[in-house]
Amino acid sequence: MFSEFFQFTFSGITLGAIYALVALGFTLIYNASHVINFAQGEFLMIGGMGTVVLVGTGLPLPAAMVGALVLATVAGILLHRLAIAPARDADVVTLIIITIGASIFLRGLAQFFWGKEYHALPRFSATESLSIGGATLLTQSLWILGIAVVLVVALAMFFSRSKLGKAILATSMNKDAARLAGIKTQVILGVAFGISALLGAAAGLIVTPITFTAYDVGIMLGLKGFVAAAIGGLGSSTGAVVGGLLLGLSEAYTAGYISSDYKDAVPFVIILAILFFLPNGLFGSRAAERV
Amino acid sequence: MKTMLKNLAVGAVAALGLASLSPVAKAEDPIRIGSFLSVTGPAAFLGDPELKTLELYVHQLNENGGLLGREVQLVHYDDSGDASKARTFVTRLLRQDKVDLIIGGSTTGATMAAVPVIEQARVPFISLAGAETISTPVKKWVFKMPQSDRQAARRVLTDMRERGLTRIGLISGTGGFGASGRNVTLEEAKAMGIEVVADETYNPKDTDVTAQLTRIRNTDGVQAVLNFDFGQGPAIVTKNYKQLGIELPFYQSHGVASDSFLKLAGDAANGLRLPATALLVADTIPDSDPQHGVVTGYKKAYEDRYNSSVSTFGGYAYDGFQLAVQAIKQAGSTDPAKVRDALESIQGYVGVTGTYNLSAKDHMGLSYDSFRILEVKDGHWTLVE
Repeated sequence: MFSEFFQFTFSGITLGAIYALVALGFTLIYNASHVINFAQGEFLMIGGMGTVVLVGTGLPLPAAMVGALVLATVAGILLHRLAIAPARDADVVTLIIITIGASIFLRGLAQFFWGKEYHALPRFSATESLSIGGATLLTQSLWILGIAVVLVVALAMFFSRSKLGKAILATSMNKDAARLAGIKTQVILGVAFGISALLGAAAGLIVTPITFTAYDVGIMLGLKGFVAAAIGGLGSSTGAVVGGLLLGLSEAYTAGYISSDYKDAVPFVIILAILFFLPNGLFGSRAAERV
Repeated sequence: MKTMLKNLAVGAVAALGLASLSPVAKAEDPIRIGSFLSVTGPAAFLGDPELKTLELYVHQLNENGGLLGREVQLVHYDDSGDASKARTFVTRLLRQDKVDLIIGGSTTGATMAAVPVIEQARVPFISLAGAETISTPVKKWVFKMPQSDRQAARRVLTDMRERGLTRIGLISGTGGFGASGRNVTLEEAKAMGIEVVADETYNPKDTDVTAQLTRIRNTDGVQAVLNFDFGQGPAIVTKNYKQLGIELPFYQSHGVASDSFLKLAGDAANGLRLPATALLVADTIPDSDPQHGVVTGYKKAYEDRYNSSVSTFGGYAYDGFQLAVQAIKQAGSTDPAKVRDALESIQGYVGVTGTYNLSAKDHMGLSYDSFRILEVKDGHWTLVE
C-alpha cells in the first residue's frame, strides 16, 4: 500500500522535475519582455539532439554536450536578432506568434538535417535507480531536481545581484525608462534570449536519458513546461519548480489511483482552478497595473 | 525574354507532337508502375525504405532485361503522410501518367483515401499499409502486403497460451496504432480464452509510465504483460518495466520490431518477446528455413546499395514489387483485369514478410504464423523455436 504510494510519488517527481526544468526556461524571456517564448521547447530539442548528433561525429560526450549548449545559445541569439528584433515595435501578442513560427522553423530544420529518429543519451550516474520503501526512484530524476534547484538559486541571484539581471528586469518594467537610464534594451533582450536558450538546452540534455530526444520532442515538453510555468506564476522561478512538481504529481496520482485515461484531464482541471482563483499563478506578482 | 518564351512554347508543342505521333513504339512502351509513398513527414520511416526498395529492384529488373521484354518505369510521388495529397497523386498517376499498376500507400490513411479512386479506375493496387479495413471486406482491385494488428495480437496470445500464461496485463498507447491494437487484443483474447485482468493506457508522448505499470503489477493473478504501441513510447515502457523490477514475462507488439527500438531501450529490452517478420533475424535464420534465401538476399542487396539497415517496411515494398512482377509475367501483358486475376491466384509466394497465399476471399494472403516470435538476448533479436 505504502510502496504503491511511494512509487506514484516518485513517478510524479520524475515527471515534475522535467516539467520544472523546462518551465524555468520560460521565466527569463518572460521577465525580460513579457513574451512567452514558444520556441523554448525547440531549445530543449537542440540540447538533446545536438549532443546526439555531435557524438555521432565522433566527439566525446562532454565535448558534444558543450557543443550543443553553444549551438543552442547561438540559435537563441539569432532568433532574437533575426525574428524578434526586426519586430521590436510590435505588441507582445505579435512577438509570441513570431516565436511559434520560429519553433516550427527550427523543428523543420532539425527534421531535415538531423533526421526523424528517436535517440537516447546515457544517464549521468552509474546506478540506474534507488530502492526506497519498496519503490524505485531514478537517479536521473535526482539530477534533474538538483539542477533545477541550483538554477532557481542562480536565477534569483542573477536578477537581484548582477547588473545584467537588473538591466533585464528594468527592461521588462519600462522599456523607455530603461533606455533613458542608458540600458541598451535590444542588446539586453538578445542576451536574455541567449541565456534562456542555454537554460533550455541544458534542460534538454539532462532530461534526455529519461525522455529520449527527437526533432519534435520540444512540442510536448514545451507545452507541459509552459503549463507548469503558468501554474507557478510566469516569471517566478520558484513558481516554475513548484508548478512543475504539482503538475507531475497530479498526473502520476491520477494515473495511479483513478485511471490512466484521465491522466491528462485532471491536471488541466487543477490548472483551471488555480488560474480561476489566482490569475497570476501561485507565485506570480500581484502588482496592480498602473493606469 | 520574349524569344525565350517563344522558344519554350515551340519546344513544348514539338514535344507534345512527338509524343502523340509515336504509336509505332507501342509494343516497346515501358511498363509503368505508379507509386505514392510517405517519403517525408511523420511517416517517413515507412516511406523512405519503401521507395529505396522499389528503386533498387526496378533498377535491377531493368539491368536484367526488364519485364516481358519491356523496360519498367517507376513513377513516384511523395504524399508526405497526407491523405488528401495521396488522393490527388493517385488521380494523377491514373489519368496523366496512365500507370499499369500501383504500389504504395505507406499509411492506412493514404491508402484508404486512394482506394475509391483506384476502384473506379480499375487498376490493380498493392497497398503497403497495415490496417485490417484495407483488405476486410475484400475490395476487387486492392491488395495489401503487411499482416494486420489482429494477427500480431493472435500470434502473441498464442505464444502466451503455449507458455501457460492466461491472465495478462495490457498497456497501450492512446494513439491510433495503440488504440486499435488494444481493441483487437481484447477481442482476440476473449476468443482464445485469455483473460485481460489489467488494461492501462498512456499518451504516446508520455515520459514516464511507472504509475500504470505499478497498477498492473499489483493486480491479482497477472501472469504476463503486453505493451501494444509503436514509436518511442514502448521504449519508455520497457525501461520503466525494468526499473520497477517486474519479473513477469513481457511482450511488445510488431510495432517496435526494429533495431532502433533496441538501441533506445538498451539493456532493459533483454528477455522481452515480440512478433516480427523473419527479416529481423536474417543473420541467424537457419538455412533450412523456407524464407532463408529471400530474406538474406534482400538484406544484402539493400544494405550494399544504401549503407543503412533494412526495415520490415522496406520488406513490404519488396514483396509488393515481386508479386506485381510475378502477376504481370503470369498475365503475359499489362491488361489490368488479367494482372488483377493473376495477383489473386498467386499461391505459395515466399517473400520476406511471409508466405503469401492470395485468393478471391483473401487479398492479403498471410496467416498469423507468418509472424515469428523473437526474444531479445544480450541486445540482439533471436528466433524462439
